[in-house]
Amino acid sequence: MTVTQAEFARAMMDAGEPIPLGLTDHQENSAGRRFNVYRNNVAVSLTEAMHGAFPVISKLLGQKNMDGLAGLFLRQHPPSSPLMMFYGEEFPAFLEGLEQLKHLGYLADVARLELALRHSYHAADAEPIEADLLAALSAEDLMQSRLSLAPALQVIKSSWPIHALWLFNTRENAPKPSALAQDVLITRPEFDPIPQVLPPSGAVWISALMGGATIGEALEQASANTENFDLGATLTLLLQGGAITGLENKG
Amino acid sequence: MLDTAALKHLPAAPGVGYKPQHFAQITAEPGSVNWLEIHAENYMGDGGRPLAQLRHLAERFAMSVHGVGLSIGGEGPLDTDHLARLKTLVGWLNPASFSEHLAWSTHDSHFYNDLLPLPYTDTALTRVCDHIDQLQEAIGRKMLLENPSSYLAFAESTWSEPEFLAEISRRTGCGLLLDVNNVFVSATNLDFSPQGYIDAFALEKVGEIHLGGHDKDEDDHGRPLLIDSHGREVVDPVWALLDYTLAQSGAKPILIEWDNDVPDWPILEAEAARAASALERIAA
Repeated sequence: MTVTQAEFARAMMDAGEPIPLGLTDHQENSAGRRFNVYRNNVAVSLTEAMHGAFPVISKLLGQKNMDGLAGLFLRQHPPSSPLMMFYGEEFPAFLEGLEQLKHLGYLADVARLELALRHSYHAADAEPIEADLLAALSAEDLMQSRLSLAPALQVIKSSWPIHALWLFNTRENAPKPSALAQDVLITRPEFDPIPQVLPPSGAVWISALMGGATIGEALEQASANTENFDLGATLTLLLQGGAITGLENKG
Repeated sequence: MLDTAALKHLPAAPGVGYKPQHFAQITAEPGSVNWLEIHAENYMGDGGRPLAQLRHLAERFAMSVHGVGLSIGGEGPLDTDHLARLKTLVGWLNPASFSEHLAWSTHDSHFYNDLLPLPYTDTALTRVCDHIDQLQEAIGRKMLLENPSSYLAFAESTWSEPEFLAEISRRTGCGLLLDVNNVFVSATNLDFSPQGYIDAFALEKVGEIHLGGHDKDEDDHGRPLLIDSHGREVVDPVWALLDYTLAQSGAKPILIEWDNDVPDWPILEAEAARAASALERIAA
């Protein structure tokens, strides 16, 4: 009476499945409730992991709703690796696919922000450059330079006020979110990731830099998108966040 | 505090499972705590606070790396990406000890975040030994293998657990990690004598002892069903079983595991102090 791990796992993840024969107590009775310990452990530990991973989603939906959603999610998307720190990569898309949450269109992007914060938290350390290095360049040289950015940097584009929603649900006395689109920059000057709102097309500019564009080329892309793109404000956010780790001058 | 970081093995003294909320107090008021254990998988990011804290702690304490996700008891092959991550961590940290579980947690590339049981058969024995050989080869050192908490039995098992573990140790050269709370939990759940289990255990292979708290439930027949929860104090009968074990094994490194509802530092340190007393009693 061999019990394969496939049978064990199937019965563990679906309480409607019979408990595999061959699992017993010490008197050779069927394992019964004893098997439920495993069903319970897996569901509880993964549900707790989801609450820990997406605290703002959990707060927005309420504990009970999040428990229910996590129960559905963990059965459709059990972790694919033992690195629980990154569990829930599929959660934003999962949220988007739920008909009953369609009226909360911002949820998926808030989940993306929470995922990005975790990735930033665990990203490799990198020494930022001195701000003086940039200040010393002529305008022309600056435009021809390329920047390397810290591994902890993350950019999330959204048509929802995701930063305001995040702030409202994580900080006391934060203002109530108003309906506006917010692109978010995450930097990690030390150990704690800091999300901040990017100026219009700041995300376009940073994405271009990450794609290997010079500061000037990235500026063209951002300006094509937003008249009066605020290069200074965006660059300042990167510098203050310790997110610029290299400067390459085109001689 | 002893300068134990340079030792190649854990001191025969109390240690605790490291929790980030205790970071400041561990170094300021270590009390009876001589060494720390971390869960390997929590330190497999690329950088940031977790690795910075670990580097700092490793300068002051002997470290034990305890894997919870390799699935050594799995039917399928070991995850080579995960092996590589373990090799990286053990490589840079150079801990005093590396341990994993007699359990499986991954099947068909799904990770279940729990330690799942396996039958004790010749087939399982061969597979577990192959996996341990592969792991020890990958990380370049011997590991300790931990006995599980059991809630049920496999009708197909042909080996007792202590014999199964002793045979794995004999074939692979790995040491054993004896979780005394797990022995107590399994003995209650499967109605065997915990002292008999200790008597049958290859104590000379034990490189570390674990102690933790458990929860109480009942099975379908109203009999006690204990659940290994690591969420409270070690109960008195488990402390007694520790004394029974130490009397035969001699002094060993003893770890207090408290992973859920983590208490304030003084409460955890008090558990370590109680383990220190148990060690003093056998030295006397």
